[in-house]
Amino acid sequence: MGLNAELLDVRHLNVSFRSSAGLVPVVRDVSFRIGRGETVAIVGESGSGKSVTSLALLGLTPPAPACVVSGSVTLRDRDGSALELLQLSDAAMNRVRGVSISMVFQEPMSSLNPVLTVGAQIAESVRFHQGLDGRAAQARAAELLDLVGIPDAARRLGSYPHQLSGGMRQRVMIAIALACEPLLLIADEPTTALDVTIQAQILELLRSLQDRTGMAMIFITHNLGVVAEIAHRVLVMYNGCIVEQANVVPLFRTPLMPYTKGLLRSVPRLDLAGLRTAALEAIPGQVPDPASPPPGCGFAPRCPQCHPGLCDASEPALEEVEARHLVRCFRWAELP
Amino acid sequence: MSAPILELRDLYKSFPIHNSLFARDRHVVKAVDGVSLAVRQGEVLSLVGEPGSGKSTIGRLVLGIETPTSGTVWFDGVEISALPRRRMRPLRQRIQMVFQDPYASLNPRMTIEAIVGAPLDVHGLARSRAERGRRVAETLRLVGLVPPHAQRYPHEFSGGQRQRIGIARALITNPDLLIADEPVSALDVSVQAQVVNLLLELKTRLALTVLFIAHDLAVVGHISDRIAVMYMGRLVELAPTRRLFAYPAHPYTEALLSAVPIPDPTLERRRIVLAGDIPSPLDPPSGCTFRTRCPYALPTCAAQVPAFRELEAGHFKACIRDDLSLQPAPGLVADQTAPQ
Repeated sequence: MGLNAELLDVRHLNVSFRSSAGLVPVVRDVSFRIGRGETVAIVGESGSGKSVTSLALLGLTPPAPACVVSGSVTLRDRDGSALELLQLSDAAMNRVRGVSISMVFQEPMSSLNPVLTVGAQIAESVRFHQGLDGRAAQARAAELLDLVGIPDAARRLGSYPHQLSGGMRQRVMIAIALACEPLLLIADEPTTALDVTIQAQILELLRSLQDRTGMAMIFITHNLGVVAEIAHRVLVMYNGCIVEQANVVPLFRTPLMPYTKGLLRSVPRLDLAGLRTAALEAIPGQVPDPASPPPGCGFAPRCPQCHPGLCDASEPALEEVEARHLVRCFRWAELP
Repeated sequence: MSAPILELRDLYKSFPIHNSLFARDRHVVKAVDGVSLAVRQGEVLSLVGEPGSGKSTIGRLVLGIETPTSGTVWFDGVEISALPRRRMRPLRQRIQMVFQDPYASLNPRMTIEAIVGAPLDVHGLARSRAERGRRVAETLRLVGLVPPHAQRYPHEFSGGQRQRIGIARALITNPDLLIADEPVSALDVSVQAQVVNLLLELKTRLALTVLFIAHDLAVVGHISDRIAVMYMGRLVELAPTRRLFAYPAHPYTEALLSAVPIPDPTLERRRIVLAGDIPSPLDPPSGCTFRTRCPYALPTCAAQVPAFRELEAGHFKACIRDDLSLQPAPGLVADQTAPQ
């Protein structure tokens, strides 16, 4: 698996939304890279900017002037050419979306068209991008449903979304996303709406599809358990910026940023279940409003290690403190 | 051991499904299929299962939003499933509910004072506006909000704060029993921990009994004294929390435990990925309804519904196989835990 061959290079991505209060920055100076076949997880609370980051990569943010995107996103395409995604025309971007990069959304019910059969919805993608005709497109659709583990695929093509369970619908979404064998699959909370046993099935499916096709994945989630299972590399986002970035094992073993540590401690642990001594450690307070961010480090008002006069005076830079381990914190070195 | 405050006796609830407008033969979905359960005064008992397993229907039956097809619900020695509305009303202020979705369950056009104070109006519990205001302020403080919040509207609050408002609304009548239907599943982990801790603190401070309905076993493990696992309308296992995690006795419980994602990338685990979805409740499998997904099913499992029987004091299961050695929750070593 050529993990080192670079696929996507995101540099200094900034996204701002225009509101009555002026331009509100929701993604600030986000830079990261993804290699072929690599899975990068973006973790953070609601409002941390993780979904907007992924929408910006696909050019799906609202058009200017409502939304302003800057920075660069470079995709190394199949033929080796480097595409600058933020500069592409709509027509050129349409050829990237679904073909080189595709997306699976969180809510499988509201992302599928309720009045079209799932076969028609999968076939649309292969007809549009690969120019297959009706019968060939249907055959390809059946093949895709089979690939994502839907039994009796040929018959299921005629089903409508409401006739399928949540897990089945999410498989259909994945089948549509995989129709053109993308280089990169962006999955935005793909298992959040599902139960644990079905979530386990979908994670297993995505892993096996990745082994088979060598696609890279951006996996957006707030569930650190899911991250531990699927990611190679993790970006922790807070208040619109990356606050820590590392490979999965160092991130869980030796987290450096107090926010990451807090997130890890707030996950309920099965092995401590039923022991009353172990109350969950919550992170007090809530994500700051991007329209009125706190001065200095965005996490300072909630941080148990905040050093007044330092942390609330200026914003720390994201620095690489060990090989491939980046952290945005003034005090990482002195903290336990 | 304290007396049960809530008792379900052989409870059934089925919903008719009309296939066409003039259908003669009516299909029924058995949402709750013979559940007997006693919730003790002061404990947190969790009902766990996938959507469609009937756990929310049980919550609704206890509140009297649904009437049982057969069987009875007893609250504090009174059979409430047969009470006329008029007589149910005074009891209902002692049974309150916290809902799942903190966005949908608060009226966007009402102030927090109107939302939290509404139960006082319904039950005629506040004699004056001043008393009402005072009790709203008190209750907001109890859940970690401040009295000035009372004049604001729901959209001004985050998900976690909204859930606190929902809890305040449930607590303002001083209930004995709180039914919490997936109260944290819509929240971020960090905020989820805040709300779980709040519920635990309130439970101790106010001597509440809590029926906690959830699908996330890790959260449930933190909050419950006992856990009841449901599958397709039936109880399949019931045990004290620590015991259930260390010695699961039903294959479905084992699968649920093994499916919980663990935030440890180096943990070695044997995952049991269940094949398929829950069968259609319109046409449930004969015998044990879990047998179609069960890795340990035998031909005899189809023959009859397994009895819900006691293995050891307080540990029940509905499975005919006693020869299985099932694995405990990942990361938990069974031998470290003495049976409770």
